[in-house]
Amino acid sequence: MPRLTRWFLRAALIHLILALLLGWLLGLGRIVELPPVLAAASPVYFHLFMLGGVAQFIIGVAWWMFPPLSKERPRGNETLAWAVFFLLNGGLILRAICEPWVAVDPQPIARWGLLLSALTLVAAGWIFVGLLWPRVKGR
Amino acid sequence: MPPLSRYMIRMALGHLALGFLIGGLMLAHKAFPYAPWVMRLLPWHIHALFIGWTVQLAFGVAYWIFPRFALERPGDPRGRAGWAWASFGLLNAGVLSAGLAGAAGWGIGLALGAGLEALGVLAFAIHLWPRVRPAILQ
Ligand code: HEM
Repeated sequence: MPRLTRWFLRAALIHLILALLLGWLLGLGRIVELPPVLAAASPVYFHLFMLGGVAQFIIGVAWWMFPPLSKERPRGNETLAWAVFFLLNGGLILRAICEPWVAVDPQPIARWGLLLSALTLVAAGWIFVGLLWPRVKGR
Repeated sequence: MPPLSRYMIRMALGHLALGFLIGGLMLAHKAFPYAPWVMRLLPWHIHALFIGWTVQLAFGVAYWIFPRFALERPGDPRGRAGWAWASFGLLNAGVLSAGLAGAAGWGIGLALGAGLEALGVLAFAIHLWPRVRPAILQ
């Protein structure tokens, strides 16, 4: 398993744990009153789970297992693939902070942080598509 | 990788690219409200990323690597391939109709799209069922 895949998988597992923890806290909201910042975190719960957890797990395994490009460069551009790792995880952490923050206290810094997270997440997705596309092939 | 897997995985990557773009537009709108209409793309975002990307990628990979019937049926090693092709059509038609209908605010279309997706999953289950078995039969 390549080093980058190990990082994707570890990060995915951490996101899943955080997501379930947050989901549990959100569930407490049915019994006790949650602070507004937590109550605004349900999209964060969702995306930690599906994007940081499930999608990142798939991305890590696909990078490892899809048909190689060539003998010399089996998986394609490693640097760009690391960029996907940092953009995805950085973008998600930024989003997890800024999305609830904007909901309770829409200061400029929170808004700019949220916009930056949107850009990094879209960039992560698009670069990954560009990396995997040529590896979807016969052998 | 067989042709159907290539088509499914490429479509999955396409749905990922579009779904992320829609997500980015919506997130930017939450940061600086600039276009309330982008929130109408939320059903498209959800259907593209759940069904179009996650489910279809898993199906494309399963069609490729699950055990085959090389000895029993050399001419049709994956068996019941028609069901898998039907699933490919149904899933993508479903995601596109649900996404477009959701954007247009047309509830019946959204329900029809979701129905096509459900049929697509059923068709793939019919295809894959006999392939869920040990790789080498004794
Ligand atoms: C595999 C990836 C993803 C999946 C499965 C997914 C799924 C979902 C789902 C189910 C919702 C509805 C949840 C709710 O209304 O609270 C949602 C909402 C949303 N998603 Fe995603 N998403 C993914 C990736 C992304 C990405 C990459 C972005 C941004 C770049 C994004 C931005 C948004 C936004 C802004 C909303 C609306 C939140 C709100 O209601 O305020 N998503 N997504």
